[in-house]
Amino acid sequence: MRRNTILTAIALLLLIGFLAFADNFFDLYLVRILNLCAIYAILGLSMNLINGFTGLFSLGHAGFMAVGAYVTALLTIPPDVKKQIFYMTPIMSPLDVMNLPFPLALLVGGLLTAFVAYLIGAPALKLKGDYLAIATLGFGEIIRVIFTNTQSITNGALGLKGIPNTTNLWWSFGTALFTLVVIASLIRSSYGRALMAIREDEVAAESMGIHLAKHKNLSFIIGAFFAGIGGGLLGNLLGTIDPKMFTFTLTFNILLIIVLGGMGSLSGSVISAFVVTIANEWLRFLDEQINLGFMVIQGKVGTRMVVFSVLLMVVVLFYRNGLMGNRELTWDQLCNSKIWRGLSARKRGTAIAEGGEK
Amino acid sequence: MTFDLFLQHLSNGISLGSLYALIAIGYTMVYGILRLINFAHGDIFMMATYFAFFGIVTFGIPWYITFPVILVLTALLGMTVEATAYRPLRDAPKISILISAIGASFLLENLAIVLFGGVPKPFPTPDVFTDVVKIGTVSIQKLTFYIPVVTVIFLIGLTYLINKTKVGMAMRAVSKDHETARVMGINVNQIISLTFGIGSTLAAVGGIMWGLKFPQISPLMGVIPGMKCFIAAVIGGIGNIKGAVIGGFILGVGEILLVAFLPDLTGYRDAFAFVLLILILLYKPTGIMGEQIAEKV
Amino acid sequence: MKRNLMLFFMAVLVVAVAITGCGEKKDSNVIKIGVFEPITGANAAGGQLEVEGIKLANKLYPEVLGKKVELVIADNKSDKVEAATAAARLVEKEKVTAIIGSWGSSLSMAAGDIVKKGKVPTVGASCTNPLVTKGNEYYFRVCFIDPFQGTVMANYAFNKLNAKKAAIVQEVSNDYAVGLANYFTENFKKLTGDPNCVVAVANYNTGDQDFSAQLTNIKSKNPDVIFAPGNFTESALLISQARKLGITCPIIGGDTWETQEFLDIGKKAVEGVVFSTFFASETPITNESKTFLEEYRKEYKKEPAAVAALGYDAYILILDAIKRAGTTDTVKIREELAKTTNFEGAAGFISLDENGDAVKDAVIKHVKDGKFTYLDTIKP
Repeated sequence: MRRNTILTAIALLLLIGFLAFADNFFDLYLVRILNLCAIYAILGLSMNLINGFTGLFSLGHAGFMAVGAYVTALLTIPPDVKKQIFYMTPIMSPLDVMNLPFPLALLVGGLLTAFVAYLIGAPALKLKGDYLAIATLGFGEIIRVIFTNTQSITNGALGLKGIPNTTNLWWSFGTALFTLVVIASLIRSSYGRALMAIREDEVAAESMGIHLAKHKNLSFIIGAFFAGIGGGLLGNLLGTIDPKMFTFTLTFNILLIIVLGGMGSLSGSVISAFVVTIANEWLRFLDEQINLGFMVIQGKVGTRMVVFSVLLMVVVLFYRNGLMGNRELTWDQLCNSKIWRGLSARKRGTAIAEGGEK
Repeated sequence: MTFDLFLQHLSNGISLGSLYALIAIGYTMVYGILRLINFAHGDIFMMATYFAFFGIVTFGIPWYITFPVILVLTALLGMTVEATAYRPLRDAPKISILISAIGASFLLENLAIVLFGGVPKPFPTPDVFTDVVKIGTVSIQKLTFYIPVVTVIFLIGLTYLINKTKVGMAMRAVSKDHETARVMGINVNQIISLTFGIGSTLAAVGGIMWGLKFPQISPLMGVIPGMKCFIAAVIGGIGNIKGAVIGGFILGVGEILLVAFLPDLTGYRDAFAFVLLILILLYKPTGIMGEQIAEKV
Repeated sequence: MKRNLMLFFMAVLVVAVAITGCGEKKDSNVIKIGVFEPITGANAAGGQLEVEGIKLANKLYPEVLGKKVELVIADNKSDKVEAATAAARLVEKEKVTAIIGSWGSSLSMAAGDIVKKGKVPTVGASCTNPLVTKGNEYYFRVCFIDPFQGTVMANYAFNKLNAKKAAIVQEVSNDYAVGLANYFTENFKKLTGDPNCVVAVANYNTGDQDFSAQLTNIKSKNPDVIFAPGNFTESALLISQARKLGITCPIIGGDTWETQEFLDIGKKAVEGVVFSTFFASETPITNESKTFLEEYRKEYKKEPAAVAALGYDAYILILDAIKRAGTTDTVKIREELAKTTNFEGAAGFISLDENGDAVKDAVIKHVKDGKFTYLDTIKP
């Protein structure tokens, strides 16, 4: 146990060291990708709590993100900028003068998203399986339609811009770490056991005395809270949002992350969030042209999404557990495994490389 | 609102509703037997319109030959989707099948973008279908008369198939219980495949009619109709063919009348279908025709 | 739980290994200009046309200050998140001197903060949403903005069509359509002096295909003209459905309609519709237009679209500003860009106002015998 604590401390220190290094020496392009990785990790974790751990197949994540992103944006854009961007339909009061510091705005965004989830969950969570899926998908769409049509609050299709870019590596990774800690401790608590019992067998869980509605709502609301926070961070990172960003494709991307990582594995979600985000950037060449030196293959628009959909199907069809299944990566496992040596060597190598460049 | 105006709205609504009904039948058939939303149904529908486009425009085959060929092609496509995306998961948890269904749907959409390009294409419209008839002040496309006829023909045909034939009996058995059906000597996979084939054929008919009415096709055209027709099927009582037809008409007429009576809410039109779905699921989850379980397929 | 921390750390390590050693060499004899356009995705058609214009300009004017100009093309994929990443790549990794783009205002806005922070002057070719340049001294554009286009069409409806009552059908999920509709309404009210001159406003969403209910409502109000700004696909369907419902009044719109698909889908129904746009190839406005038209036809063997001319203009305007500044210092180039007056572009003379928006003539076109045909020029 003491070894694990020490290892965790070392890992944390290394992470902080890495972030400090990245913050100062990486160019904005790489920093942006790292930020995106962390934000997708938050989104993956939150969706995994609902879908993977509780077994509620919810497809409304993009809608939750939209709520969080809009609330955070509206609370952080300075009043004079607001006056400027709502040039067509003036923003309604008191939103025009409201302004909060970023962390507080983010929190309010998360809380309001959780409240929306509470309102949606009350009726929707009575449904099961594919009915729940289509109902949550419907709610996601309804949220988007409302945001498009309420011009005096959201500026409609014109979108919002001028959101102060506060998100940096510390914010995104800090929030991701916080999300991980909260969700992991929730899952380890008796609540978590109850959630997983519901996933395995609702009837059995109920007969064991688990209050179904209460637990489902809990998972749904907490998941939505973090989805809202993730959305708020994403909006803040981009500096601009509009309703078209939050379509079903966004939910699909997060679904891909949790399926790939393993439904019911937090470590899986985190790893796969990084893998998918980086792959997304790296697979760009598929849509463009591939230059092999002696010949040029013209890439076809959309190939990347074909690869992702095939990937999703292959994982579901042949490796249903994804990368991690419902296991977690632990120190014990790592220390006892054979790859440990290789890993430690690599870690040292990087440490030297980092030190060397400085 | 004058009476003439109301009639025009009603005719628009029935025209749209009959299209929804046609596609909803396909949804309901597949759901009835597999207890699974076929997310790819809307995309199979989209593929059918592209087949028609290539048949008529690229190869110059007359429409009366192209259309029947497309029905067969689309049926084959539907069966392929079933064999690759759904069959291997027959005993898997439901959540896996749903994810696979979403994957299949995204795959078809993006394949269409890669193969056919993202820019919309004009759908060929023979004049026999698109001419306008005027009754008093009400303008109606000829197509508006054909679609309900087609829908009713399929309704009668399918009801006969399901209730009176051996295959239909097998379908009913499979929809009740896969295991028992297998024990009774029914080839479950074959029956499911056949149901998918029929469902996809209906999607193709719906696609052709849709293309004639809204002569523009694009890779993502199937998403919204697919969603709405599923909702129509749920409203009518999913798994029930007559219910799907009734649900389709309710949704189509309801959407149009919403815009007609509350013009300020036109922007919320797509939300209307989902609100209706959620209300139905909460207060009458079995849908309007839900009680008559006997006809479920 | 703490064990999970390991994961963060590991993932981060992998990234670190993957991305270290991406050093960039800077060649001082080359000036890099970033092309920030949607080559793929929903906006691809427009983006590719602009790139054609930019490439042509680069071919005709390959040098400035005795240095070679190199185009760095970054695909923003018609997606906001991707667009921000692509812009960051141009500014931070490629270290470009200036950027051209993008087709699609919301994509341009995603790049706004990045170019502002990186102090890279950026010239949009056809992004017409006023928000793109507002409050951003590094963003300029060579096209006019939505308010102007809405005003032009209101003038046209009132003066040329003698319309007293108008109906509006707008694509409510499209910033462009909403902007045009808003300024049309404002100016049409001013011109007619009648606060009730807009008799009906109907909305639809991107991807809608059935407009019968909205159109039936409009028909019952008997307007003199229908203003229907929106995407060309939805608009073509909307117009043909309007004609089938027996609506005979003129239907007018904006520059997005100027595509072959609009004619293909709308067929006979779109005959006679009128819209405003940036440029007409039948009537060369400046000497530069003549050069552009000649070279474009030679290079691509087709008639140029308006956005191709605008892409061309964005490039030559940037080159001119670099020449005037006499240096590649981006702050100086920005200052020179802001001073632009009466610059001779292929799509008309360009003067930039205090927001960095071009003030220039609008062209009115209509569909005649299945072709887009020049009708009129309207001064600002």
